[in-house]
Amino acid sequence: MRLNYPPNVKVVKVPCTGRVDILLILRAFESGVDGVYLAGCLEGECHFLRGNLRAKKRVQYVKGLLDEVGLGSGRLEMYNMSSAQGQRFAEVAREMTERIRVLGPSPVKRNVKRES
Amino acid sequence: MIVANRKSLEEILSMLKPYKRVLLLGCNECVTVCAVGGEREVGVLASELRLVRSRDGEEIEVREQVLERQCDHEYIDQVRPYVGDYEVILSMACGAGIQYVAERYRTKPVLPAVNTTFLGVTLEQGVWSERCQGCGECVLHMTGGICPIARCAKSLLNGPCGGSSGGKCEVDKELDCGWQLIIDRLKELGQMDRYEEIIPVKDWTTSRDGGPRKRVREDLRL
Repeated sequence: MRLNYPPNVKVVKVPCTGRVDILLILRAFESGVDGVYLAGCLEGECHFLRGNLRAKKRVQYVKGLLDEVGLGSGRLEMYNMSSAQGQRFAEVAREMTERIRVLGPSPVKRNVKRES
Repeated sequence: MIVANRKSLEEILSMLKPYKRVLLLGCNECVTVCAVGGEREVGVLASELRLVRSRDGEEIEVREQVLERQCDHEYIDQVRPYVGDYEVILSMACGAGIQYVAERYRTKPVLPAVNTTFLGVTLEQGVWSERCQGCGECVLHMTGGICPIARCAKSLLNGPCGGSSGGKCEVDKELDCGWQLIIDRLKELGQMDRYEEIIPVKDWTTSRDGGPRKRVREDLRL
């Protein structure tokens, strides 16, 4: 398809979004990333039955934590798309990048830089 | 198991305000099973604390450690070699564990990260429910295996009261009436004759009314 998507999106491969633990997301924010999104399979089409539904719940939970710590829940999102939807993948990457641009850099990142 | 709830991040942060070096202690027993103070929850809280402090441009060092139990001094003593490197201990164990850690490290402030709530069971993944209040004088043989002390809002020994309606308690419409549960179970067991027996006034000295309790088994002592 040779579709373009923003180069700031770093893909972390997991066997299923059900593998994405709360701590994995938090660690990403600790390392200074500006936003995180999960690209899971379409609902009802999980190869492991409920992996993407579990991920959806965890994302909701971590959104609450992000609000609590003051980073804001908008920096995290869950998307669903099939492996055949390359177009949608690129679209979501652009959408999320735009959203994060509006929110600005993570305040954690700013301080990580200051320390170094 | 002992069931607890995590305190709000806001409350924990206000307790930790003066400190920069924190030893965060989880427990591998009850609070791990009820998903409030095990390895994962220790990781999440440590991460939250680092994110908040980092956001505000403030320092914090959190050492994450999960002890096998915080209600046995052998395990608490495992952190002795490095406890001095930290200004404060934040414990995610039940109230017993938190207090025992405080007893062992008398010059170190020990703070609670959880509210200990009840003795209960796992109804399903992620759902826990109270079953026992540790009154020290079990009556389950008389009440069909359902505790009137823990399951009745009034801890009535001869119930139900007038607040029981449609099998639910007046305290909360979602809450089962403990005495309705007892009656249903006695019927299932064919033991309704027990319901006719009046349970006498309870001696509460075996419960909290007798002061903090202690149990000694001489044959086991070293």
